[in-house]
Amino acid sequence: MRTRNLELVVGVFILVGLLALVVLAVRISGLAPGSAVNTYSVHAYFDNVAGLTAKAKVTMSGVTIGRVTAIEFDKTRYSARVDMAVDSDVNTLPADSTASILTAGLLGEKYVGISVGGDDEVLADGSEIYDTQSALVLEELIGRFLLNTVSKDE
Amino acid sequence: MSVMSRIALLGRAGLDTISALGRSGVFLFNALLGRTRFGNSFTLLLKQLYAVGVLSLAIIIVSGLFIGMVLALQGYNILVGYGSEQAVGQMVALTLLRELGPVVTALLFAGRAGSALTAEIGLMKATEQLSSMEMIGVDPLKYVIAPRLWAGFISMPLLSMIFCVVGIWGGALVAVDWLGVYSGSYWSNMQNSVEFFDDVLNGVVKAVVFAFVVTWIAVFQGYDCEPTSEGISRATTRTVVYASLSVLGLDFILTALMF
Repeated sequence: MRTRNLELVVGVFILVGLLALVVLAVRISGLAPGSAVNTYSVHAYFDNVAGLTAKAKVTMSGVTIGRVTAIEFDKTRYSARVDMAVDSDVNTLPADSTASILTAGLLGEKYVGISVGGDDEVLADGSEIYDTQSALVLEELIGRFLLNTVSKDE
Repeated sequence: MSVMSRIALLGRAGLDTISALGRSGVFLFNALLGRTRFGNSFTLLLKQLYAVGVLSLAIIIVSGLFIGMVLALQGYNILVGYGSEQAVGQMVALTLLRELGPVVTALLFAGRAGSALTAEIGLMKATEQLSSMEMIGVDPLKYVIAPRLWAGFISMPLLSMIFCVVGIWGGALVAVDWLGVYSGSYWSNMQNSVEFFDDVLNGVVKAVVFAFVVTWIAVFQGYDCEPTSEGISRATTRTVVYASLSVLGLDFILTALMF
């Protein structure tokens, strides 16, 4: 009977430890099994991604509809190729939708925002979003502002 | 003469260190690779898992909770100055998973379970229980040492993962429920930045390495101690000091290799 209690307690301990690993995987690192199945991938070319990272959100009207899966530099087009996985529920995006890189707050994380177009054709798996808007780089903005004030003075 | 004898002392210390290293290697090899009948050794392992793992749960959970809460509080106070307090979840999770989880668990484990292992085995040696076992034809390496080693190897990574989960939950308690960080951004920022293979699994690998080192040192110090009450006390001190130092040193090396 004592050995049985001991076995029970040790079994519970090991179960709790393994459960902790599952929590770390699913809740903390967001590793959801099978989530890759019900998405479709689209890609877009940006002149400047400036701080966008893989796993960043893809949103529409502020609601998350997908994730950025990969970002790489395309050496033939001299621009950044961003691969995105969009939930397959959202299968009515017009083919001429616009993808822009936005910032949450002044210094917050970067994410991709998609604004709806007017085409009858819809984006399918593997298609490209042609209409893109690059990230706003604060230094360029300040530089342009300074240039404006200088030219006004002259 | 005095210079010569000092050099000789230095040489003796060096030889002692090297022979202790050699003995501990042979000891580990014999303890782990010795074959035993499965049914018998399973019961022994169970008892040690209880003593080493289950009884360490309380201290691990309490310290994990408080470390997570303190991390969230400190992180919030710093991040709120930059207006990015929603990143506190990401900071707490990465700090715990990469560094504090495995390291603090190993240090607590050395203090709570390692010292007990050393003292227990040392006392067995001092009261000649180990040599009596050899007399009746039972190998103490298999009967006493091996289950303790395996219990340490198995339970410390589990404890480290429990520590991380409790710590992150404690961080959420402070950041979300007390300081008012929006709970959606606490968890989603964390999920965006924590990679399962890079962060979680590397933390687990660290915990496995620390478990191996701490348990090995604790058990060997007990087995190799001078069989007197003074010898046991010295061996217990050595366990805690050596285990802590090697955990901190190895942590630096592993971090440099991994991240």
